[in-house]
Amino acid sequence: MVRKVVRGFYAVAYAVKLCRPSVICAYPITPQTEIVENLAAMYANGELENCQYITAESEFGAASILVGASATGARTFTATCSQGLILMSEVLWNAAGMRLPIVMVIANRSLSAPLSIWNDHQDSMAMRDACIIQVYVENNQEAHDMIPQAYKIAENRDVMLPFMVCMDGYKLTHAYEPVDLLEQETVDSFLPPYDPPIKLTTKDPLTFGCYAPPHCYMEFRVVMQRAMMRAKKVMEEVFKEWAELTGRNWGGLISTDYMDDAETAVVAMGSVVGLVREVVEEMRKDGKKVGLVKIRSFRPFPTEELRKVMKDVENIVVFERAVSFGHEGPVAIDLKSALFGHCNAKVYSFAVGLGGRDIPRDLIRKCINNAIEGKVDEGFHFEGVKEFEEVII
Amino acid sequence: MKFFFSSGHGACPGCSLPIAVKNVLYALEGKCFVVNPTGCLEIISSQYDRSAWGVPYIHSVFENAAAVAAGIDAALKALGRKDEGHVVVFAGDGATADIGIGCLSGMFDRNHDVLYICLDNEAYQNTGNQQSGLTPPGSNTTTTPAGKILPGKIGRKKDMVAFALAHKIPYVATASVAYPTDIRRKVKRAVEFEGAKYIQILCPCVTGWGINSNETIKVAKLAVETALYPIVEYENGELVRVRKIKERKPVEEYLKIQRRFRHLFKHPKGKEIIEELQRIADENAKRFGLDE
Repeated sequence: MVRKVVRGFYAVAYAVKLCRPSVICAYPITPQTEIVENLAAMYANGELENCQYITAESEFGAASILVGASATGARTFTATCSQGLILMSEVLWNAAGMRLPIVMVIANRSLSAPLSIWNDHQDSMAMRDACIIQVYVENNQEAHDMIPQAYKIAENRDVMLPFMVCMDGYKLTHAYEPVDLLEQETVDSFLPPYDPPIKLTTKDPLTFGCYAPPHCYMEFRVVMQRAMMRAKKVMEEVFKEWAELTGRNWGGLISTDYMDDAETAVVAMGSVVGLVREVVEEMRKDGKKVGLVKIRSFRPFPTEELRKVMKDVENIVVFERAVSFGHEGPVAIDLKSALFGHCNAKVYSFAVGLGGRDIPRDLIRKCINNAIEGKVDEGFHFEGVKEFEEVII
Repeated sequence: MKFFFSSGHGACPGCSLPIAVKNVLYALEGKCFVVNPTGCLEIISSQYDRSAWGVPYIHSVFENAAAVAAGIDAALKALGRKDEGHVVVFAGDGATADIGIGCLSGMFDRNHDVLYICLDNEAYQNTGNQQSGLTPPGSNTTTTPAGKILPGKIGRKKDMVAFALAHKIPYVATASVAYPTDIRRKVKRAVEFEGAKYIQILCPCVTGWGINSNETIKVAKLAVETALYPIVEYENGELVRVRKIKERKPVEEYLKIQRRFRHLFKHPKGKEIIEELQRIADENAKRFGLDE
């Protein structure tokens, strides 16, 4: 294993190479572009064997090319975010329905309008219901490690679903961090070649993407839900295997700190977890019984795990990186639905850092303290917003 | 003949689509992967548990068949399985010339080894005859209805042959279901070229065009004999062959037997449209040297 200081986009591109993909599709979008640029350089240098690197005419085209390739039995990769992900969305729903284990990195970025190239989670949250596995990573080592695990989970025959590795745009993609880069032999020992149970082949002609009248449509949706629920167990097993193989244990569908005796649980996803953990540690030193819950898998949602760790807490503080307009933050929505009838805690949900706005340490601390001290109402709040006057024209 | 496309599918009586599909698959001896966007052909052939396809078949969405085909081509290359068969798209005119034109341009531009066949029935027929970019002028569709003021579609039929040629792909041709041997010959010729191939086949639609179910071939023939649908063949950008017309017929003969054009014979602007269509036919005849 080689420890190098690399940027996030290189960490994931390098891991993708080690997974020996057969077809990679590229379409540029900030801040994802450097991921596919790095793969293009590897391709140009002959480092990607038995691989086709396709420059698509749009993200929609990129996703569509991967549908064709994946159905033919190829291991596939692309990366996108924001408008690109939304443009792909029709095809990604279709890929999930056809049970194609396409793996993609989402360099999380906000959605237009107004246009913003900076980070939040609004893009991947918009794909929440598409039957695509969503894992959010905290740092570039976790992003690097998640790529081979994503393939192993997605391609498991109990699962066979697309997989989105969500890493915060700029905050992770462009950050320099020390990363223990995997060796080819390590990945080869962990991830077998892709050998799908069915594929497009003239040797055994099959029809993919049939249409289903009302008398048979629902059963397809039932098996998709079952696959998602089975994925929970597969993920736990793969995460455990990874920890044993590499010595790096990132936890299960969630990971926790200081939750054993916590009265207040703080919930976050993605790169903000690092900051939240530090604040929680500081508050612990001040004697406050605060704990951290990092949600790693947002789909499938870690319902049972959250019920277990939240059983006795009094307050739950959620840091949201997206909004479900007309309701509240998407993480708190799901969290409350999971805990209903299992936990009587008050739930406070704070949207922070939308469109890349800075998330200062003091803001995190203030939100947690306000919740503990009852200085804010339960429910949804925007935090870190300027004083401004809305003009209705 | 082996069942590459079996009977029992749901096409209307007199539908031309199975004629085109069967001849293409026959020419390729079933050694192919079929990509089919949403549309009539998909709906009549791919219901769960009742697939008519005896070749590997995939339907993804409406506008991405060219890209899905590109993905199959890439996968076959990467996996060393090119010898398994050709990659063929069967797409309607709307899927080709309107909603899917971006993906089509990308596939042509990258010159994937794909035979793209546009089954041109000149409107969105699966949804019930709405105008597409390949609907001819004057056609009475549900979104360009003939009314007191408007005489059906305003504007011309998009020139997809020129679009394909502009991408410098090696093989571009048109055909008609009236001439199945020509379809088979062109398909066999097309797949001799490595790279992207485009064949646009005129496929009359019994319900959308308003013709009797025993007149499909007659109408498909008349479109060619009036020079409204020139049958051409390009190799590496050069026009190598056209279907000559012995005695070119006036466009009225083609128009009058179709409900979609019937209003032109009594609408105040009908004469103008018929003249325009005749002008288009004359231009085609001159441009391609169709008159024998």
